[in-house]
Amino acid sequence: MELLKQAWPWYVSGPLIALIMALLVFFGKTFGMSSNLRTLCSIGGAGKYADFFKFDWKAQRWNLTVVLGAIIGGFVATQWLSNGAPIALNPDTIADLQTLGFKNAGATLLPDEIYSWNAILSFKGIAILIIAGFLIGFGTRYAGGCTSGHAITGLSNLQLPSLIAVIGFFIGGLLMTHFIFPLIF
Amino acid sequence: MLFGIVLVKSEAVSWYRIYEMFRFQSFHMYGIIGSAVFMGVLFLWIFKKVDLKTTEGKTIALPPKTKSFTRYMAGGIIFGLGWALAGACPGPMYILLGTGAFSILIVIAAALLGTFVYGLLRDRLPH
Repeated sequence: MELLKQAWPWYVSGPLIALIMALLVFFGKTFGMSSNLRTLCSIGGAGKYADFFKFDWKAQRWNLTVVLGAIIGGFVATQWLSNGAPIALNPDTIADLQTLGFKNAGATLLPDEIYSWNAILSFKGIAILIIAGFLIGFGTRYAGGCTSGHAITGLSNLQLPSLIAVIGFFIGGLLMTHFIFPLIF
Repeated sequence: MLFGIVLVKSEAVSWYRIYEMFRFQSFHMYGIIGSAVFMGVLFLWIFKKVDLKTTEGKTIALPPKTKSFTRYMAGGIIFGLGWALAGACPGPMYILLGTGAFSILIVIAAALLGTFVYGLLRDRLPH
């Protein structure tokens, strides 16, 4: 039990993620979390505005159960499987974050500087979250998938489009982390 | 549910881990993604080798992605920008909600908006 409560090493987590993908494939589904955004838009009536949302979303209901499971999983892991130890980040990362103004790096899963209610109640704070979310939602549908669909499933299936998309993910991520972060934080 | 637990316990849902990954300061995230893909290739290869049928009795075949460069590169870069800023991708967004980080709801709502706007502009974008 104590072992479970510690952070899990990558060589345990990575294969488990692959196992989840394989199980979904075995049950005739695919592993793709971002598709739910489209499904939720359709449920909300977006089909009235664009044909893109006119699809048989009822056939995608299983994917929403995966979402529900993911939420419950997040709850279970923090409630009963955590020992509250800080994340073992590279000391260089912590130092870099401090110069950007991030205190207590790694003490929690998310930085208070971005996700605390205090931060959100400022114009800059809420703008960051809205812009970030918008980019994720727009980009993932444009690219036809996210980390689970392209990086895990697509690469496992040796698909060239997924490799292009993953390279794109990293170009975007590196641009943000190395060039845009120093400008906004 | 397992997905949620694994991603919390591996800290892959942490903003800090994503930042560290993009700074190339830790092997952790690369190890997770790398070993997941390695095992994933193995799983799918075995599935095809033994001609495993799904529980619905069909041959295993993942839907192929359309051939294109623009949409994957452009969409990928846009997604990457958001991924690094929010420190979460579409799976972890929901998982973080479960961990009690309710402010992630703003990111989820904005992601829905982004998806909706993509749907509106789809025919006018190069794919």
